[in-house]
Amino acid sequence: MSNKFRDHLGRPIVAVTGMGVITSLGQGLEDNWAALSGGRSGIHNITRFPVNELSTRIAGTVDFIDLPVANSVERSYAMARETTLEALAQAGLSGDFNGPLFLAAPPVEPEWSARFELADRAGPAEKPADAYDRFLAAMRERPDPAFHEAVLFGSISERLADRFGTRGLPVTLSTACASGATAIQLGVEAIRQGRTERALTVATDGSVSAESLIRFALLSALSTQNDPPEKASKPFTKDRDGFVIAEGAATLVLESLESAIARGAKVYGIVKGCGEKADSFHRTRSSPDGGPAIATIHAALEDAGMGEDAIGYINAHGTSTPENDKMEYGAMLSVFGERLKSIPVSSNKSMIGHTLTAAGAVEAVFSLQTILTGTLPPTINYQNPDPSIELDVVPNVKRAQQVSAVLSNSFGFGGQNASLVLAAEPQ
Amino acid sequence: MAKSDKDVVITGIGLVSSLGVGREAHEALILGDSAPAPIVDTERFAPYPVHPLPAIDWSQQIPKRGDQRQMENWQRLGVFAAGLALDDAGFKDDADACASMDMIVAAGGGERDINVDSIIVDEALKRNDREALLNEKLTTELRPTLFLAQLSNLLAGNISIVHKVTGSSRTFMGEEGAGVSAVETAAARIRAGQSTHALVGGAFIAERLDIILMVEAIKGHQTGEWSSIWARDKDHGGGMIMGSVGAFLVLESRGHAEARGARIYATIEQVEGDRGNRADGKLEKRLERMVEGAKPELVMSGTTGFHDLAAREKAFFQAKFPEAAIRGFGGLIGHSVEAQFTTGIGLAAMALGAAKPVAPFDKDHEKAMTKPAATALVTTIGHQRGEGVALLAANA
Repeated sequence: MSNKFRDHLGRPIVAVTGMGVITSLGQGLEDNWAALSGGRSGIHNITRFPVNELSTRIAGTVDFIDLPVANSVERSYAMARETTLEALAQAGLSGDFNGPLFLAAPPVEPEWSARFELADRAGPAEKPADAYDRFLAAMRERPDPAFHEAVLFGSISERLADRFGTRGLPVTLSTACASGATAIQLGVEAIRQGRTERALTVATDGSVSAESLIRFALLSALSTQNDPPEKASKPFTKDRDGFVIAEGAATLVLESLESAIARGAKVYGIVKGCGEKADSFHRTRSSPDGGPAIATIHAALEDAGMGEDAIGYINAHGTSTPENDKMEYGAMLSVFGERLKSIPVSSNKSMIGHTLTAAGAVEAVFSLQTILTGTLPPTINYQNPDPSIELDVVPNVKRAQQVSAVLSNSFGFGGQNASLVLAAEPQ
Repeated sequence: MAKSDKDVVITGIGLVSSLGVGREAHEALILGDSAPAPIVDTERFAPYPVHPLPAIDWSQQIPKRGDQRQMENWQRLGVFAAGLALDDAGFKDDADACASMDMIVAAGGGERDINVDSIIVDEALKRNDREALLNEKLTTELRPTLFLAQLSNLLAGNISIVHKVTGSSRTFMGEEGAGVSAVETAAARIRAGQSTHALVGGAFIAERLDIILMVEAIKGHQTGEWSSIWARDKDHGGGMIMGSVGAFLVLESRGHAEARGARIYATIEQVEGDRGNRADGKLEKRLERMVEGAKPELVMSGTTGFHDLAAREKAFFQAKFPEAAIRGFGGLIGHSVEAQFTTGIGLAAMALGAAKPVAPFDKDHEKAMTKPAATALVTTIGHQRGEGVALLAANA
């Protein structure tokens, strides 16, 4: 069965018919793209919580979305809702979505304010380490369904499912920093299985808090070059010292190309291939030889039915940690060899920081926009190149260049690796 | 149903519950004439009873002490149960098979450090600059290891490290529904030829104050003593007794399993999840749709024990399949949230694979089976949302 709606393996071609995005640079694809291609940074001093004692005092938080209550769940939901509204409007879809929902969302825990509130209404300590016994006594006296709902991992997808009329049981997933890419991969798989004509893939992360920041700081993962904030994220440079934690969300409406064309939808691009491979080396570090990352990129190319030479630009994971950028370079070099020098590779994270759970989807949206506009977003703060990383990082200033296929990488803690191949609409 | 190489078959079961460790231990207990009395600890977390972890020699599945130390019990239990499933499927020492094996883990979050949380809230009671206090305390008291032990996707990460399962690694979240989606997704991939063999499952630790607190926020726990899951008293709490359980399955395409001569416990004929408002018979309507065409002799029910949900589920299946025997496994080993669905599938697959009747878990409320089941339904109705049903058939 080979026709223009099927790929090299006879599977339905998966089109992107709607996109929405929020980052610290702003709300909506248009504003984000103007800032991103203009080389503007969204990284700023943290004002959400005090930064006393903290070695990292900067982030790419999203502080401009109205929330009924300022907590991670509400913020993650609100951003996901907004990017989905944008994507569905772009896709020209209204009413019930009627396809599955795949949501990458951060694992959340009760807010400290909720613990303090429980402690206030419970009695004083009777013995060391008895806070939870007291919390329980307080709960027995007066249950708190809002507390329960706020700590359920299924609560964000529940609200999205109701709001947008998705079909079936939504999947909420976490593959750490690869989550956004995994959500897209699940959507692609569902369409290729013939289970659905369309899928809603959403990734959101509004979970920056003192505790999340401190946790990553304890793993020495964060940049401590606080001043000035917009210069901290400097992927592939010699003085990179960690990522900048950030927030954001993105939604992609995926649709079989056939269904998209049949209803006259505009096609923004094609998800040609997805690859993944887990790493068994270490909980937070990648295999030094980059083996799993190499296998991931190869898998994505193979799934796309494309050779290395078809890739015209790489949207790097490029976190600005010493280790990731070195490993990612090695992996790309292994796959692309000598030609790597002539492939532009840039890191959106130099401007928006690391949006963690959302990163894979946010960067997929920007990868598609790169293809659509013929503009390569730069890697900013590239003043002092790491001599051991020989890349054309599109330094500091955007470049006009048409590309027809982009590789987007996502690598994360827990041995998570995912790569996507995104391409222009077939002519 | 005609056999196909892309049928989804179960070839490995790794189960740990309060009753014991491993598939064989559970088969010996539930496939006899009578099931054992549940093991319940009513003291440690009083007034909340829990089905506790059994004695486990972690080093049987997690040989390196260093690996054991990097985890808390939630991740340890999951890694342990995953190892049992791989062993049971004959994949444990097959490096190539593990390196190409897909993995979907249904995960919650890991253990909070109760000590640190207590120190902070106690200090906060004396101060009004609580946010500043948080920074002071968290920067000095948090242990980096514990962060990793709390991360949801690090259960899968640890399975990759300890058992070298690296084909792919996906972590699904969302309470009971995560387990349903994990099986649904793995099965759909196998049927579509996107995957040939997959490790799927989850773990749950009931003996955690942070988790107990979550359920107490909606008064969900049964309090005081254990009682039948089908008849829990509204004067003693909400009806749920949680249980520490690790439950992993190896799913394979029939073609892959037969080519390597694997033992097949059962075929997953259908599996599906759904969600939505449960009022006014809408839950029953969804169940009706999901069980369409099924004629099970056994319903392995994952009911939470919540009074209303347990009663409605039982009434539905008694009316729909009056001949079928219903087994509420949560009554025997407790409710295990993310691990609930794969636990039910594991138990039903044991019965189908051994071609033996399942003893009533609760003689007063569950009828005996006179012959083995050829097909079994497995249900999980989430404590807050989400429902899943799997239809399993013996590999006749």
